[in-house]
Amino acid sequence: MRTLNLLAATAFATALSVSSAFALTVGFSQIGSESGWRAAETSVTKLEAQKRGIDLKFADAQQKQENQIKAVRSFIAQGVDAILIAPVVATGWDAVLKEAKEANIPVILLDRTVDAPQDLYLTAVTSDTVFEGKVAGEWLVKEVGDKPCNIVELQGTTGSSPAINRKKGFDEAIAGKANLKIVRSQTGDFTRTKGKEVMESFIKAEGGGKNICALYAHNDDMAVGAIQAIKEAGLKPGKDILVVSIDAVPDIFQAFIAGEANATVELTPNMAGPAFDALDAYLKDKKEPAKWIQTESKLYTPADDPQKVYDEKKGLGY
Amino acid sequence: MAVPTIIRERTPQLIVLAVILALNAIISPGFFSIEIQNDRLYGSLIDVLNRGAPVTLLAIGMTLVIATKGIDLSVGAVMAIVGAVAASLITSGYSLPATLAGALFVGLACGIWNGALVALLDIQPIIATLILMVAGRGIAQLITEGVILTFNDKPELIFVGSGSFLSLPMPVIIWVVVAILAILVVRRSALGLLIEAIGVNRRASTLSGVNSRVILLAVYAVSGLCAATAGVIAAADIKGADANNAGLWLEMDAILAVVIGGTSLLGGRFSLVGSLMGAMIIQSLNTGILMAGFPPEFNLIIKAAIILIILIVQSPASQAAMANFRANRQTVAIKTESREHAAR
Repeated sequence: MRTLNLLAATAFATALSVSSAFALTVGFSQIGSESGWRAAETSVTKLEAQKRGIDLKFADAQQKQENQIKAVRSFIAQGVDAILIAPVVATGWDAVLKEAKEANIPVILLDRTVDAPQDLYLTAVTSDTVFEGKVAGEWLVKEVGDKPCNIVELQGTTGSSPAINRKKGFDEAIAGKANLKIVRSQTGDFTRTKGKEVMESFIKAEGGGKNICALYAHNDDMAVGAIQAIKEAGLKPGKDILVVSIDAVPDIFQAFIAGEANATVELTPNMAGPAFDALDAYLKDKKEPAKWIQTESKLYTPADDPQKVYDEKKGLGY
Repeated sequence: MAVPTIIRERTPQLIVLAVILALNAIISPGFFSIEIQNDRLYGSLIDVLNRGAPVTLLAIGMTLVIATKGIDLSVGAVMAIVGAVAASLITSGYSLPATLAGALFVGLACGIWNGALVALLDIQPIIATLILMVAGRGIAQLITEGVILTFNDKPELIFVGSGSFLSLPMPVIIWVVVAILAILVVRRSALGLLIEAIGVNRRASTLSGVNSRVILLAVYAVSGLCAATAGVIAAADIKGADANNAGLWLEMDAILAVVIGGTSLLGGRFSLVGSLMGAMIIQSLNTGILMAGFPPEFNLIIKAAIILIILIVQSPASQAAMANFRANRQTVAIKTESREHAAR
């Protein structure tokens, strides 16, 4: 009996050591947790690593680049197989990326890119914010057809790159459609409070909202605020005024369930999935990935079982 | 002429407010139209009163603090903390009175913390309140665990932010009541005078028997309470506590409202009515800019330019120039009159 136990234990230990010889160790330097989306990105990354049996070493930089650089150096010292970085700023990465390259550790950038020579990192996985705006615009073009439609736009923080790009993409999508016109465009700073306040003024400036056919908000939070303003003005959001926005945070799915919003474009928190796939192909088959991997910008509408998506997303720490 | 003192003293603010409202009406016709919708008054002017509620409330507390030669930079962060507390209390099943009491208590505690640093430890107010300004948002995020804590299914708390009473939005009722209470307390008792005395010379007033420590502690506590009220309104308005953005930069608007209202940052004489008008001036400006439909890049430039003009008009130099001009005209008038007399 004892021999059997010993045998089993030895076999188990051997199996363990074999599996750990194949398992990858990946270091992940995250910016911090400044938003719900960021928290979701962290938990999805951990989930994706778990799914693939990857040993993920996680470092929270609390919005400081020096912490990120320290974390990357410690990953190099530990001899990890690969490093994921969600860079807090674009500049100042050359030195530490060179150190990783000299140690033969591939680096993958998540969610944002850096100003460094491209040969210093394996690839960057990011969303195309111009494309997000375009998807939103194309949905609206299809939805209204040939009917005339006055659009009001809630922009993100003035001068921020997602605000500029999401506007650009939307404008491209509705260009050439004479029946679609942006009549008012103002910044709502990506927040609910400003989204609500600005929408109140849009409604008053456009004949009590009767001249408005659709709202395009650069993020869901502003849309959620605006929906309240529309309701308080005695109109029905989702019917009297169509609501399309970007991000796909859980609360917009609640609005879907209540019939108060019509579409959202997902900024997926799953940047790690494509990153791990590219890493796998690179390490196993020496397949060099493209320098930029674009994540899917999926369109959600109330037809996509919002309750289910809401429950799934709520568990991710948004 | 029998112009009430309060109007005569606040003439510059009244003129500025009238000019800005007139500009708004010219740029967006229908600015003054008010109608009844869903049993409540509805229109841009009501928006000004309603959206101005947080800054107005902050400005009430800020006026008293500034009158003691202090400043409270933490009010925006206190709004975020209190919003987070209110949201987490109501979502964990507490009743509305318990939630409001808890939220106001936390605001009061924040105010007393600031007051203790200033009054007991003699730390300079700008530094003492900077601590909570920086740490406050972090505390709020700890309470909400980094998410926007929503309470869509709690109509009783939402009512505080978007309900209405006597056809007026609740935030308007709240700030008007708080303002009347504050004015009565400081002006119908000696309290206002004592606050001014501390602002002019804390040492001298202490030596002449004013308990300056207690009064200092009290004004910061009141400022915390006002910020708490504003925080509850801001959270109730969007049915959620947004720790990152609730009350962000509002301390600056509140200080500006106090200054536009004619209270000096050097302490001493203060005017609550002036600060209320200052807050309304700022909000009329904000609402006007939103209604006008300028590209958003110009928002802050326009706001800054108009505020610069207001401050130049109110500056001691231009006030003196105006007084000179008036005096000259009067002497000319008297001279003409006496010449006419002589001619007869």
